Amino acid sequence: MDLSPIFLSFKLAFITTVILLFLGILLALWIETLDKLKPIVNSIIALPIVLPPSVLGFYFLVAFSSDYLKEFNLLFSFKGLVVASVIYSLPFMVQPIQTALNTLNKNMIFASYLSGKGKIETFFKIVLPNIKKSILIASVMTFAHTVGEFGVILMIGGSIDNETKVASIAIYEYVENLDYQKANFYSVILLLVSFFTILGLNYLTYDRNKNR
Amino acid sequence: MIEIKIDKKLKNFDINIDFTLKKNDILAINGKSGSGKSTILKIIAGIEDSNSYIKVFDKIYQNNKIYLPPQKRDIGFIFQDYALFSNLKVIDNLLYVNKNLDLATHLLNTMNIYHLKTRDVNSLSGGEKQRVAIARALMKRPKLLLMDEPFSALDEEMKFKLKDYLKNLQKEFSFSIIFVSHSLKESLYLADFILKIDKGKKIYFKSKSDFIKKEKIINPKIIKKDNKKYLILIGDELFFIKKDDIFKININL
Repeated sequence: MDLSPIFLSFKLAFITTVILLFLGILLALWIETLDKLKPIVNSIIALPIVLPPSVLGFYFLVAFSSDYLKEFNLLFSFKGLVVASVIYSLPFMVQPIQTALNTLNKNMIFASYLSGKGKIETFFKIVLPNIKKSILIASVMTFAHTVGEFGVILMIGGSIDNETKVASIAIYEYVENLDYQKANFYSVILLLVSFFTILGLNYLTYDRNKNR
Repeated sequence: MIEIKIDKKLKNFDINIDFTLKKNDILAINGKSGSGKSTILKIIAGIEDSNSYIKVFDKIYQNNKIYLPPQKRDIGFIFQDYALFSNLKVIDNLLYVNKNLDLATHLLNTMNIYHLKTRDVNSLSGGEKQRVAIARALMKRPKLLLMDEPFSALDEEMKFKLKDYLKNLQKEFSFSIIFVSHSLKESLYLADFILKIDKGKKIYFKSKSDFIKKEKIINPKIIKKDNKKYLILIGDELFFIKKDDIFKININL
């Protein structure tokens, strides 16, 4: 059995998660500093949760084939999938980190300043260690959500072997060709991965409540 | 001399208060909740901006031209929730300020919490957390210690101990203290001066002696005797006194 769609799904999810890890933390920090713009920025970030993937995919299609982005050859390419996935999964990374930053005791940050430490040292030595569990949870959610991506990829990726044919697309194709055995093979793998991801996540949050 | 002139616009009222303190003085800022007393501490520490004039001995922290960030002010701050770094152990909370292990060890010993040094700060009791916070604040040898409601979470006995700890530390490190409290009685435990405020304005500034009427205590009921200190009941008020004390604190002044 050809495992390359599975590997491609995980590769896409992994790269997306790593990019979003940095982007998500930076965005969440930036949003914290906003005042009147905050509800607007928050709404834009939350859009991928409510938008049908076909709508998102359609606008990616338009954007990727526009004069500005045409030279990057994003359409029907792995690069394009990464760009789309980063935006598609953005709220799953940003929102938990935002919540963690909001609930972090601000006095702890002031105490660090009064200990003579600057903003950067305070961020790495106090803020980051205190929200690391939320970051881990956000990363797992982002990874799982990207593995489950389908509609957007269908719109902009097509189904090119080793390039854009991820597991969810492969399953769709096998079902279309009435090859249920192969469809089932990929489905079972995704099912197990999803279950153990959620299980792991539950153990993480369970521990967190216990320590409190 | 510490000179402070607070000028801050808030939503409902403005804070306009000025006072001076000498070395080793202890000032209590008294007032109802919402009277602006915690804000005053934050302004002095530089974590809340304002148009104030703040000078601590020979160093101007802020005036209309200068604004030192909190990092540059020789101020220790004991937050009401203590704000210990919850990712660091007790000793590492102190060493975060500076790497002076001798000083950290000494402070933990002085505060009777050396045995807690490798504990997770989240597992400490309120009183223990407060002592860690005080030790951490003193790691940078501040000239001024600010405390937000230091007595609110302590029982009667701990309140008295806190005073001992602070007085001992003051002797060794020499710093002035400004603390805020909603309770005049608690303020008189520790303070040399009381600044009573309401809605950001001064009601009075009195020294502790204004509150103490010298008179012999008649028929005190001794509740507990401990190392030359007595916990006594006068009327329905509990007081700690030392053996030769002959004053009564009249809090109804």
